[in-house]
Amino acid sequence: MATAGTLESSDILITVENDDSNGIHIHLESPVKKQFGDQIKQVIRDTAKFIGVENAKITAIDQGALDCVIKARTSTALYRACESVDYKWEKK
Amino acid sequence: MGERLRRTMMFVPGNNPGMVKDAYIYKCDSIMFDLEDSVLLSEKDAARYLVYNSLRAIDYGNKELVVRINNPRSECGIMDIKAMVASKIDVIRLPKTENVEDVLICESEIAKAEEQFNIEKGSIKMMAAIESAEGVLNAREIAKASKRLIAIAFGAEDYVTDLKTTRYEDGVELMFARSMILHAARAAKIDALDTVYSDLNNEEGLRKEVLLIKKLGFDGKSIINPRQIDPIVEIFTPTKKEIEKALEIMDAIEDAESKKSGVISLRGKMIDMPIVLRAQRTIQLAKAARVL
Repeated sequence: MATAGTLESSDILITVENDDSNGIHIHLESPVKKQFGDQIKQVIRDTAKFIGVENAKITAIDQGALDCVIKARTSTALYRACESVDYKWEKK
Repeated sequence: MGERLRRTMMFVPGNNPGMVKDAYIYKCDSIMFDLEDSVLLSEKDAARYLVYNSLRAIDYGNKELVVRINNPRSECGIMDIKAMVASKIDVIRLPKTENVEDVLICESEIAKAEEQFNIEKGSIKMMAAIESAEGVLNAREIAKASKRLIAIAFGAEDYVTDLKTTRYEDGVELMFARSMILHAARAAKIDALDTVYSDLNNEEGLRKEVLLIKKLGFDGKSIINPRQIDPIVEIFTPTKKEIEKALEIMDAIEDAESKKSGVISLRGKMIDMPIVLRAQRTIQLAKAARVL
């Protein structure tokens, strides 16, 4: 299990656990879940796909984070879970 | 004299999403995202990812974007450089610069990353922070160590500890370092930035210090809170009288050029190059402060 982020405003706390079942399973708590829940989950899924993680249980407690923060915290938590520093930086 | 003004460079802790996302709101000339001292050792990866993703997503307008990296001799520092070059940061700030070798090691890592990400060679600039007695004594060589350097900055907190003193209200303990750093910067034709003023609730003390560094010739100051922007900009903004004089000088030059006259004078006084350069600087500062 690995975590990244905090419960402070504008942040999101991401927890990653190993999951033997297929796919990325996301449990999301957010004050804006009704309006942006699907979008937040999609950002998490896309980030996991980019890094190459196919199976994981991800818990996200959102405090109004922007997409760039969601990406950052998800990436950090996934790399921590994999115990890898082989980061994939891309040219802007 | 550089084209870009660097009166205020605001520190933003690199692992604070709220501050990183809101930094564009404030009227500072440069934003300095910090991956070094304000970030816990266990959170270095998180801060790096946060700044990397924010730089790719948030429009910070025309502010100069700077990132303070960790020691480039460490694995952490090298990863900082890679991520920041990939996100095309404007300037990488090297902390605790002691000598030329420190600058060259950082430069070499930046060059490698530029090549890796197919970014124009030399496009990422550098700033060296000088924060020790050794660094101050080597300031001249440091300032000239790389063409990427656009400024050297003074960090007084570590410096006074190194000197076995502390910060005093009158700043007498910093006089030698400030003078040395300023001269080193000017000799290398780059900018000189002063240290932070950390007593947030003492605006009078801040104003005194800014007036002092302006008199010495510094281009600006690192700041730790947006509240410090307005007093600094105010002090660096030329007075009405100074602006009028500068405009008169520029008019006299135009007039002399149109008459193809080699000698330029204003009210019987000869105008030479240093006076012209000072007038240009005054106009640049006035325009930046929107008083012209």
